Amino acid sequence: MLTLAGIAIIAIGFVAGFNPLLVVTVAAVVTGLAAGLSAHDVISALGKAFNDNRYVSMVWLVLPVIGLLERAGLQDRARALINRLTNATTGRLLIAYFFLRQMAAALGLTSLGGQAQMVRPLIAPMAEAASEARFGPLPEPVRHQIRAQAAAADNIALFFGEDIFIAMASILLIRGFLAGNGIEVEPFALSVWAIPTAVVALLVHGFRLWQLDRQLARTLQAVKP
Amino acid sequence: MITLSFVYLLGGALFTAVAILSGLDPSNPKRARTTAFWGLMALSLLLGDRISDFGNGLIVLAMAVIAGTGGLGKGSLTPEAETERQAFRQDRGARIGNWLLAPALIVPATALTGTLLLKDLMIGGVHLVDPKQATLISMAFGVLLALAIALPLIRTSPAVPLQEARRLLDTVGWSAVLPQALAALGAVFALAGVGKVVGDLTATYIPAHSPLAAAALYCCGMAGFTILMGNAFAAFPIMTAGIGLPLVVMQFGGDPAVVCAIGMLSGFCGTLLTPMAANFNLVPAALLELPDRYSVIKAQAPTALLLLAANIGLMTLFAFKV
Repeated sequence: MLTLAGIAIIAIGFVAGFNPLLVVTVAAVVTGLAAGLSAHDVISALGKAFNDNRYVSMVWLVLPVIGLLERAGLQDRARALINRLTNATTGRLLIAYFFLRQMAAALGLTSLGGQAQMVRPLIAPMAEAASEARFGPLPEPVRHQIRAQAAAADNIALFFGEDIFIAMASILLIRGFLAGNGIEVEPFALSVWAIPTAVVALLVHGFRLWQLDRQLARTLQAVKP
Repeated sequence: MITLSFVYLLGGALFTAVAILSGLDPSNPKRARTTAFWGLMALSLLLGDRISDFGNGLIVLAMAVIAGTGGLGKGSLTPEAETERQAFRQDRGARIGNWLLAPALIVPATALTGTLLLKDLMIGGVHLVDPKQATLISMAFGVLLALAIALPLIRTSPAVPLQEARRLLDTVGWSAVLPQALAALGAVFALAGVGKVVGDLTATYIPAHSPLAAAALYCCGMAGFTILMGNAFAAFPIMTAGIGLPLVVMQFGGDPAVVCAIGMLSGFCGTLLTPMAANFNLVPAALLELPDRYSVIKAQAPTALLLLAANIGLMTLFAFKV
């Protein structure tokens, strides 16, 4: 039971608003100590795991490119592009991006997209511009809401698209786990059962984005004198 | 063979530059701390394989202490610099036009083609790149290629991309390292057997008397445990061994392929709801400069909950043969 102390620290730490990096590190140390490791072994285990997972942080390699292009006006170009499409709305644009991102992920092309590569430099400014073109300058809260929706569309489309592709890590994990328990399944048999949820995800989130357009129209008409 | 060490070398160089530029930034009120934080990150990337596990552990502790006690500082721009940047944008925008979008697409395009082409490329019986890491290595090449094209196109000094990366990392701050720290926490949890304890508790204390109840317990268990662990992959073996196989498959006769496939997707619903999945949920909020750290999770929550309910329904509908 003491092993769960780490989870308690995480829950309390996040809710109480302590710095998450500190909370996570403390939780790791406490969990290791609770499991009976010595302080030296806990710190070593944490260090080894941190070192083994360095690839997770390599997404930041893209920052010099994004930063340079933004300095030269990339976000302005993305906005200008949207302003030329007269019937673009925030919701429609995000539905289109959602659909493309989900289809690409279903074909195994998960690297097309992403928060640092696509959402911040292109999709979020485009989604903002679509509403700006209709309603004029946006109040800050609305701007933030649209950006959050752009980030959400990228995540949801990725999660509920990638499992349709048979060589995805999660499919391999399921297959390996079942094989370890004496059950053989074909990757295709697994990926095909990701399709119903993928369709529901497209419908549910598509509907929510369509609603977003209506909600934006209501709030922004009201704001506009 | 080109391996991840090459990627870490580039990453180490980037964070070294960020540490130095932060140290030289007079507008940053916490210059020393910021430099120390990114300097430790660079150290881990450049020398992580040479120093001991304990040494790496001390790096993690030091970074956590810097972040937790006062945090990092952020540079700011003077009004003159702001005007100058705007003029630069307008000038380059007029000259380059939509061609500016091309380098932005080079990185994903190279990552993609590299993954497809380089994975099986052998030279003299050796893989040219580590096939398991083909995507990440290709992405690193994509970054270099995009810079090689964008710098002459924009006609500016090679210091600009580094300075701009420093500015972007100023906005993201310590949360840039959170996903990696969470991955490390997951490994420590696994070592301590946290998952097994939670799985046993759930299976022991929550009853299920019908296929629907069993499916609901498994799907909610996957989502809930993913919320705690931040990762559906960590939750899957534990929840499936604890509930999925013994209860849904063995006791109620569910088809293992359907149960596992939809169970994993229920875990993904949990990923959309948790700050523990920082790279998907907290980092974008920082990257998009949103004042509310949880605004991406809030935007995702209705879809995630509806999809969790849908998954329970789909599993009940398709997993049990009538």
